[in-house]
Amino acid sequence: MEKNLYIVRCGEVALKGMNRPYFERVLLERVRGALSIYEDVESRWIGGLMLVRVPETVPQNDVVRTASKVFGVATVSPAKCCVPDMEEIGKTAAAYMMDIIEKEGIQSFKVKAKRVDKTFPVQSPDIGRQVGATILKTCKVLHVDVHDPDVLLYVDVRAEGAYIYRDKIKGFGGLPLGTNGKGLILMSGGIDSPVAAFMMAKRGMRIEAIHFHSYPYTSQRAQKKVEDLCGVLAGYMGSIKMYVVNLLPIQEQIVQNCPEDETTILVRRFMMRIAEQMAVKKHDMMLITGEDLGQVASQTAEALVVTDSVVKMPVMRPLIAMDKVDIMEKAQEIGTYDISIQPYEDCCTVFLPKHPVTKPKLKNIEKSEEALDVDALVKAAVDSAETILIEPKK
Amino acid sequence: MIYLDNSATTRQYDEVTDLMVRLQKDYFGNPSSLHSMGFEAGNYLFDAREEISRTFPYDGRIIFTSGGTESDNTAIFSVCRKMRRRGNKIITTEVEHPAVLECMKRLKEDGYQVEYLKADVNGYVEPQALKAALDENTILVTMMAVNNEVGTIEPVLPCYNIVQEFNQLYGTKILFHTDAVQAFGKMSFADAPFDLISISGHKFHGPKGVGALYVRKGVDIPPYILGGGQENGYRSGTENTPGIAGLGLAAKMTTENLFEKQMKMAKVNDYFRKAVVEEIPDVQLNGFEEQGMELTDFGTRCPSVINFSFLGTRGEVLLHTLEQDGIFVSTGSACASHHTGDSHVLQAMSMNHKEIESAIRFSFSEFNTLEEMDFVIDRLKAAVARFRRLGSFR
Repeated sequence: MEKNLYIVRCGEVALKGMNRPYFERVLLERVRGALSIYEDVESRWIGGLMLVRVPETVPQNDVVRTASKVFGVATVSPAKCCVPDMEEIGKTAAAYMMDIIEKEGIQSFKVKAKRVDKTFPVQSPDIGRQVGATILKTCKVLHVDVHDPDVLLYVDVRAEGAYIYRDKIKGFGGLPLGTNGKGLILMSGGIDSPVAAFMMAKRGMRIEAIHFHSYPYTSQRAQKKVEDLCGVLAGYMGSIKMYVVNLLPIQEQIVQNCPEDETTILVRRFMMRIAEQMAVKKHDMMLITGEDLGQVASQTAEALVVTDSVVKMPVMRPLIAMDKVDIMEKAQEIGTYDISIQPYEDCCTVFLPKHPVTKPKLKNIEKSEEALDVDALVKAAVDSAETILIEPKK
Repeated sequence: MIYLDNSATTRQYDEVTDLMVRLQKDYFGNPSSLHSMGFEAGNYLFDAREEISRTFPYDGRIIFTSGGTESDNTAIFSVCRKMRRRGNKIITTEVEHPAVLECMKRLKEDGYQVEYLKADVNGYVEPQALKAALDENTILVTMMAVNNEVGTIEPVLPCYNIVQEFNQLYGTKILFHTDAVQAFGKMSFADAPFDLISISGHKFHGPKGVGALYVRKGVDIPPYILGGGQENGYRSGTENTPGIAGLGLAAKMTTENLFEKQMKMAKVNDYFRKAVVEEIPDVQLNGFEEQGMELTDFGTRCPSVINFSFLGTRGEVLLHTLEQDGIFVSTGSACASHHTGDSHVLQAMSMNHKEIESAIRFSFSEFNTLEEMDFVIDRLKAAVARFRRLGSFR
């Protein structure tokens, strides 16, 4: 069967010096994994390019969309390939342009050539000129426009072959998944946490999730929402393990024994403690939260100091300096926004005090906690955690 | 499992299920087909129409629909179309189901004049208010027979009489529609004089997705759904034969020994009400205390429903607590995380947010028993005490 050729380029992977073969191998595996939904796909590295061949029966857009979703992929281009010979290149380029004229009715073009193989007898500007001339001869309707062409045609000449393509479709960039350890995201069901998880995964980190609920104060639908969010994320990073903990026993203790205005920050500290123990148990190296400086009472600088002080493990907060509108935009891009805005109550809002402290003092908070058997509560919570495996959404 | 959400939907009679399976498996013909399979299916349709007809004044027309909502929509929009030259005012109440209220909104947009009759603290609409609202521009009065949230039996009979007197006096032809979705199966409609009556199968142990609109003899309304001319042209679309057959059987079964079933429900309801009031402090009954069995008992409560506010708790939390014990109830506010979700019926009854938020509706069927009530009261007492101790925090 005839196959279409795609060029997949990595961004930063190429910069990784001695580690480059490792990153390249992982990225190749990830791209293969993503494209394994199609049959009979070939892929390999040649020089700094990954070449992928997919049967022509698969629509080009589908392949491009799938491949560009793989973390570590900078750009993807559907391409044509021929032997590195000026006559062949000219022919192939002209045929390629004829095809585009038929489909899109373009009028002007420009050729941008690159000679990667320096032993090739013709220099880059000359390749461009000669290929351009051949195209002009074959396609009478076209003219050259070097400033604002309808189509910018790239010609890459390499020792093993010449590649002709037009678009470079942007991928997410980042690093291949699995090249940067494993982290545990605290997932509330809001807009922020899925974006935080996505951003860390994009840098190559494998993700597990922990979700706190307050059933019967929160409903099963609230948990289903978080499962749906993980399902969307799993589309980018494969199935996700989610640990589910009922926080209500702890919240009840706090409400009955501690000052009302400290409820939120105290609950927050328990979440961090439970998450850390869970992370140790499940070999996660760090915690991830969707916290955003100053967004709510528990995310002021003072509050972050107080919550952070209960854990030894590093806590990643990829959104910390982002504006809410930018986070929302990102959530829409990832596809989690519409799920996040479903109005189910989460465990952070059920015992929301009327006037939460915004500048808590560590000393006061620790004093309030003396009324609680912290270790026992945390242990009970960790022991009661349920595990759910979330598969990618189809 | 103790199911106390019978106003939302009911468990289908096993006999109904069996009949429907038989139709789906063996008698799946289209009643419009000329061959014997179509004929057989048509017979089931005929029988179902007979069964339903028997529960209404004998010479009326039964139009099968997709349920209560479609029956209401059909009644309202078809009357408006028929009477468009006579006037453009419609009178309804503010405690109607959304299936009616949303139609009113649409009609208002289209230039109709809609008057909403006010309800008192029991959700009861004074017939005198209708008298004051009627004028020669009025074409339709639509009013529910039994309220779905608090069980109030509305004065549809006196209101109907008021409309008739007005018609005689002024030569108008105002039609009277009643939404009997909650009332049918709990009280007799054999002598109901109304022009149009909506019923829904799944509220009386029949199937979902099927209902009927009764049209009094002498009233002719144009069709609302157009197409192949089924149901004598009154409602097009291939008949839902299994659903309609199920509807017929359910109507027959539910109206058999109706008085005994009413008495049983009333006994269970009264037992439950007394126990709740005696054993749980700070409880408010929403709606009438006295129960009624007939349309003539307006100004009382239908034995299938009882609605309480457990002040100082949140209905949704109680609901989720009770469901852990296998008890299924319903709340007065749909979505607790947004304060906009308060029931319009309870608001119309001048209840404040705290009272609405803590409201729970228990709705009974012929299958509920006194023993079940003992268990429910025990669990309810524990849940209310537990959450009152914690405080509701809003």
